[in-house]
Amino acid sequence: MKQQLFEQQHQDTWDQIEQCLDKPGNVQNSVLFTEHYMLLCQHLALSKQRLYDTALIDRLNKLVMRLYRELYRYRNDSRLNFYSFFVRGFPLSIYRHRNFIAVALLVFLLPGLIAGVWVFFDENAVYSIIDGPSVRQIEQMYDPGASKLGREREAETDIAMFGFYIQNNISIAFRCFAGGLLAGLGTLLVLFYNGLYIGSIAGHLTRLDYIDTFYPFVVGHGAFELTAIVFSGAAGLKLGYSILNPGPFSRRNALRRAGQEAIPMLYGIILMLVIAAFMEAFWSSNASLAISVKYTVGATCWLLVLLYSLSGKRFESR
Amino acid sequence: MLDTSYRVEIPGGIELEAQVVGPVPRFLAFSIDFIIRGIFLFIASLVSIPFGQLGIGFWLILLFLVEWFYPVLFEVFRNGQTPGKKALGISVVQDDLTPVSFGTSLVRNLLRTADFLPFFYLFGLITMVSNSRFQRLGDLAAGTLVISVRESSKPATIDNITALAPSTSLLKIEQTAMVDFLHRSQQLSHPRQQELASILDGVTHGKNDDGVDQLHRIGAWFLGVK
Repeated sequence: MKQQLFEQQHQDTWDQIEQCLDKPGNVQNSVLFTEHYMLLCQHLALSKQRLYDTALIDRLNKLVMRLYRELYRYRNDSRLNFYSFFVRGFPLSIYRHRNFIAVALLVFLLPGLIAGVWVFFDENAVYSIIDGPSVRQIEQMYDPGASKLGREREAETDIAMFGFYIQNNISIAFRCFAGGLLAGLGTLLVLFYNGLYIGSIAGHLTRLDYIDTFYPFVVGHGAFELTAIVFSGAAGLKLGYSILNPGPFSRRNALRRAGQEAIPMLYGIILMLVIAAFMEAFWSSNASLAISVKYTVGATCWLLVLLYSLSGKRFESR
Repeated sequence: MLDTSYRVEIPGGIELEAQVVGPVPRFLAFSIDFIIRGIFLFIASLVSIPFGQLGIGFWLILLFLVEWFYPVLFEVFRNGQTPGKKALGISVVQDDLTPVSFGTSLVRNLLRTADFLPFFYLFGLITMVSNSRFQRLGDLAAGTLVISVRESSKPATIDNITALAPSTSLLKIEQTAMVDFLHRSQQLSHPRQQELASILDGVTHGKNDDGVDQLHRIGAWFLGVK
């Protein structure tokens, strides 16, 4: 069949489908959608086989692509998804990342502990890790002698601090994850540095005997924040490992698989860090609560996070 | 070979073809988005300053959302197009040419940080030009591509051309070339058309304009013009 005749025969159908696609609203609900899709696939195949000219093939290709994209459009049924994600998806993902979590934990915890002990026994050591003005600022924040304990406590300040924690802390976790693409080195660096920093602050404030202001403040949100940073490190390390050791896959595919597997981790990490920011701004900074209450709540949080993190194994199919 | 075509066999039993997009249009799209984000945050800061600490809190949350989720939301809910990408006629898709999902878009955009290193998207650029699909690091991990969705130019109208049968038999692919030549006659300059036609003077037996004209008529014949 000559091309012109073919075009004349089907022109109306194509125009009609194009109009259908241009209309806003859900095209998939059209009764004719699958029929159109299959018809167009057939037309494109015929045009290619008969070597019709590029302009026609191009047009049909574009049209099929639009139908194809409609057919596979992302549909949002988030309510159901969230439940299954929370109960099953995230814990399972944690379980599957367990080896990387162990490594991330080690790289985060070890420098933290060493720096903490060192700073605790050597009063000048803190200045070789953190600069002087920052140290003084942190000292002021937790000084038990100061009139306002912890941070300033007006409701408005809490919201400002909430914004700051969201912006700052979640961004750190995201960068920690992204650093994995540099063969894992970026992630290791972020984990190592943050471990060092947090450890030396803890050591320094313990040496100054600011124990009753510092630990009750950090114990609650720390359960979510520190765990989430280790998780984001694990997801990043997995990306890096997939590049270094792709196993039976090509590097491209190995990286792609690691990327897909990181998705539930990312959702979970964001959730945990939002919880952490809420707690840090509105709960941890509240100095009117008794220290024992804060320790109890903090311990409960740690226990819950720990139990939750360990709950994924049963979902792994054998 | 320099070829931006990307082909995927889809369940419809056919191959779809898309054109992947290189660094320059993507950089331009990014710049447009960058300016839009900047203006938005600036206006937001003007609005939030009178609210003091409260305003700062909301502005920081907004900064976080705009910094990380601006591209994600647009890519998922606006056909893979941020405003910048829409202006440039490009779109993000998964590597099987289906639309990006939320998770995939999140991965590709969070990993932007790695592409940015060591400064101004150098790693991203190096990665992009060293694979055939122009994927930056984030694209590789997410399994996404940026393709062109610009409307292609319409073929030239072929009124008042009388068909002419070719003097020799031609292969199918040669016939298609004749039809393409006819359809593209408005995109090619006149001298270029003459130049192309002169290659074929063994088929057309005509020089210059005569050759061009004959090629058009042969093309019309293969197209099915009576």
